[in-house]
Amino acid sequence: MAYHFDFGSILDYTPVLIKGIAITIELIAIGAVIGVGVGIVCAWARSFGPKWLRPPVSAYVELIRNTPFLVQLFFIFFGLPSLGLKLTEMQGAIIAMVVNLGAYSTEIIRAGIQATPRGLIEAGASLAMTPLQVFRYVILKPALQRIWPALSSQIVIVMLGSAVCSQIAVEELTFAANFIQSRNFRAFETYFIVTGIYLLLSILLRQVLRSLGWWLFPKKVAR
Amino acid sequence: MSDISTWDILRNLLLAARWTILLSLVAFVCGGLFGLIVLMLRTGRSAWMRRCAMGYIELFQGTPLLMQLFLAFFGLSLIGFNVPAWLAAGLALTLWTGAFLAEIWRGCVESIPKGQWEASSSLAMGYLQQMRYVILPQAFRVAIPPTVGFSVQVVKGTALTSIIGFIELSKASTMLTNATFAPFTVYGFVALIYFALCWPLSKTSQALERKLNVAHHGH
Repeated sequence: MAYHFDFGSILDYTPVLIKGIAITIELIAIGAVIGVGVGIVCAWARSFGPKWLRPPVSAYVELIRNTPFLVQLFFIFFGLPSLGLKLTEMQGAIIAMVVNLGAYSTEIIRAGIQATPRGLIEAGASLAMTPLQVFRYVILKPALQRIWPALSSQIVIVMLGSAVCSQIAVEELTFAANFIQSRNFRAFETYFIVTGIYLLLSILLRQVLRSLGWWLFPKKVAR
Repeated sequence: MSDISTWDILRNLLLAARWTILLSLVAFVCGGLFGLIVLMLRTGRSAWMRRCAMGYIELFQGTPLLMQLFLAFFGLSLIGFNVPAWLAAGLALTLWTGAFLAEIWRGCVESIPKGQWEASSSLAMGYLQQMRYVILPQAFRVAIPPTVGFSVQVVKGTALTSIIGFIELSKASTMLTNATFAPFTVYGFVALIYFALCWPLSKTSQALERKLNVAHHGH
């Protein structure tokens, strides 16, 4: 009955773990950059875009925010090939993460944009800035600064969600954990250690995003 | 191919959705009760307990739900229980929900003006009395919109329990895909069912929030 914990047996698989960590970081790095980009474009479309563009963007945001990431992932990876779009596991995972983060960040960034005082936009227009310049310099940057903490935690949530990508055989950290425990039969110890690694990764990612915020927004921008 | 019609797919998915709903309810109710305890510790007087609650919340918010499910599934069987998937799923989701709700509610409790604490304290009320009669009734109103909003996350979180073998909507969809070779249809339906479950909750949360904001401006 007495169970002897054996954490040492996981050390033999350190290279597998490191590869898993690297792929998890790769996923979130690519997913976050493109995802936030999608979010900025969609937030622009919902706030300033042409009228016909707003309903489809709202539908995209609502649909993604109200369905599980796992189902989105399966739909993209297993469902789209039947339409003739074949994806590798890595492409499927990145597209799913971009689509997911894109929807959430649209809502977050839009909230920041809505908090822009009208006077600022008018001031920009009166300086003969084009609408795009006003958006780029007057609206977007202060908006991003305002919502940076919320956006950061959403990126961390998406990073934690990437654990699900193991289900389509992307060889990230959770996949590494599944692989290791199928070899050494030490399921609890393996998942325990990998959970600890995820905790460290999320603390680290939060710190990186905070530093990035300081670097991107060095000065207080008028609110 | 197969003689499973689109109607059969939909019917089976809807039957499986019952388990998604049941598990969501269990996780939400148990997680809510547990979250209340964590909230008490987190906002309580003992610094030691505050730190414990903080660590607990950090631990569950900083690790993937999937890992928590695996740990519950394999950890419980380690102690000698032969755990069915639903028990591990319910336990992990309860602990996860509890951590998030405690943190959401902490914000609501902290939004109550300090004077309320001081006034009730000057009436010789203990911590539990303060919470029960003064703070929580006021925090309750503020807490409803984000709590309803979080219930969407719980419903979506139950999808992960399919990975440890609990047969709910997502697991049923994987099984149906294997039987019908029609992933596009099956996962499309599944997404729509989840949407039908979550969207009303999201909308309710937004409506409640607007109502609360209007009420605030009215003061």
